[in-house]
Amino acid sequence: MKRKPGVITGYAMKHLFKKPATIKYPYDKLKIEPNYRGKLKYDADDCIGCNLCVRDCPTGAIKIINVGTKEDKKFECHLDLGHCIFCAQCVDSCRKGCLAFTQDIELAVMDRKNFKVKL
Amino acid sequence: MSKEITIPIGPQHPSLKEPGCFTITLDGEKVVKAVVGVGYNHRGLEKACEARTYIQDLYIIERVCGICSHTHSTAFCQAVEELAGVVIPRRAAYIRVIMAELERLHSHLLWLGIAGHEIGFDTLLMYSWRDREKVLDLLAMLGGNRVNYGINTPGGVRRDLEPQMAEDIKTVLDYIEEQNKYYIHLALSEATLAARLGGIGYLSRDDAIKYGSVGPVSRASGIPDDVRVIDQYAAYDDIPFDAITDDHCDVFGRAVVRVLEIMESIKIIRYALDNMPDSELVAKMPRRIPEGEVISRTEAPRGEDIHYIRANGTDKPDRVHVRAPSEANWHAMAHMLEGDYLADVPIIIAAIDPCYSCTDRAIVLQDSDSGKEKIWDWQGLRQYSIDFYKKRGFDASQIKVAEKKIII
Repeated sequence: MKRKPGVITGYAMKHLFKKPATIKYPYDKLKIEPNYRGKLKYDADDCIGCNLCVRDCPTGAIKIINVGTKEDKKFECHLDLGHCIFCAQCVDSCRKGCLAFTQDIELAVMDRKNFKVKL
Repeated sequence: MSKEITIPIGPQHPSLKEPGCFTITLDGEKVVKAVVGVGYNHRGLEKACEARTYIQDLYIIERVCGICSHTHSTAFCQAVEELAGVVIPRRAAYIRVIMAELERLHSHLLWLGIAGHEIGFDTLLMYSWRDREKVLDLLAMLGGNRVNYGINTPGGVRRDLEPQMAEDIKTVLDYIEEQNKYYIHLALSEATLAARLGGIGYLSRDDAIKYGSVGPVSRASGIPDDVRVIDQYAAYDDIPFDAITDDHCDVFGRAVVRVLEIMESIKIIRYALDNMPDSELVAKMPRRIPEGEVISRTEAPRGEDIHYIRANGTDKPDRVHVRAPSEANWHAMAHMLEGDYLADVPIIIAAIDPCYSCTDRAIVLQDSDSGKEKIWDWQGLRQYSIDFYKKRGFDASQIKVAEKKIII
């Protein structure tokens, strides 16, 4: 094949008349896939407090706390979004299906304290 | 009479966005000696793994490398499965192959863009990274994230590949194939590209063996060193494909190998999608792994990735060691740089597709007087840094530092 310089010029010129490949975030939103691992959601009704999610969490971001009494248990889930790596291992570990991930990915906050959330 | 000068390139260096110091001795414009200095990115991953369970370790191991996260977790899972004596379901093996090849696609397209950027061919960077985005979207669709896919688990995979996903993958593959054909045409017909990349960073076949190069670097020197062929894992034994080699032995050869490997990966993914068996996704794994030690290897986009695990019968490993492919390729770097011009240094460094944080595993301190190994505690290190800066006219002893609590 005979080599010559500037082979890409024609291809590049064609793209002058095409739509840009980028989007103007945050005015246009990205398409988030339905099984994207975003912020967790927690359903306290089914939780039995087995703490398997806490045991398997690689960063210690999740905590399940019993706020009720010993007889009448009532669980709360606290998550530190600063520590969470969004691996969703807790979702896999949960045998009762209390935990699930959402497509919520815009989690930036101005204050570090606000990373600690109650789900 | 010529006078040699030594200049440091890095740690904040012009080649890649990661820290590494290259001390280059120049005679005019020619490199006469190069010393590679890595070690700025040590993160203590292996030690962290020893204190966590196998399931928690998986996510640490996945973060060894941002680009080839799947291959590291595959190697780790294979090792754990081998120790536990578990055979993964066939469908899981196929899904692992598909993910690994999609990862190779995005890694090679990324490299193509970086290589274009290093030689001032930014048009190529824009086009190849645009195409890479489509592969990343596929990976996000399959795994749930763009880079840390989290699809592997000891015993199989965590998510299934739905028929609709297979269709989406095929559509993107058609697009990538068409684009890649154009890139191959470009690599072979563009005169500036061949003139810029040809003949630099020369590594002969014998030298590649001598320095233990792996992956596309050794394959560009004519060595068919591909773990997918020589030590088949996952479902690679079912899938027909070739290991791409080239005999240019230079940076141009490495570019050709990577571009042709993209075509090979597309072929593998198509075959795997069409011939995927139906089965379970995950085999039952015990939490406590029996005593033993194992070595597992996989073919990362950058070359051979080796994981070593020693288990002690509990749910935590006794020792985890990771030999990432970039580490193997650094050894030949000084040899490749010597004899070339200073302007070629960035592209020669970028041609091995280096990943600095993958490389840095352990630091062994050697006493400069006796040459023996030395162990320092936190206070010793702090005192050393105070003395080091005092000699340079800065007194750091008054700066208060919180007592370091080492969390293992």
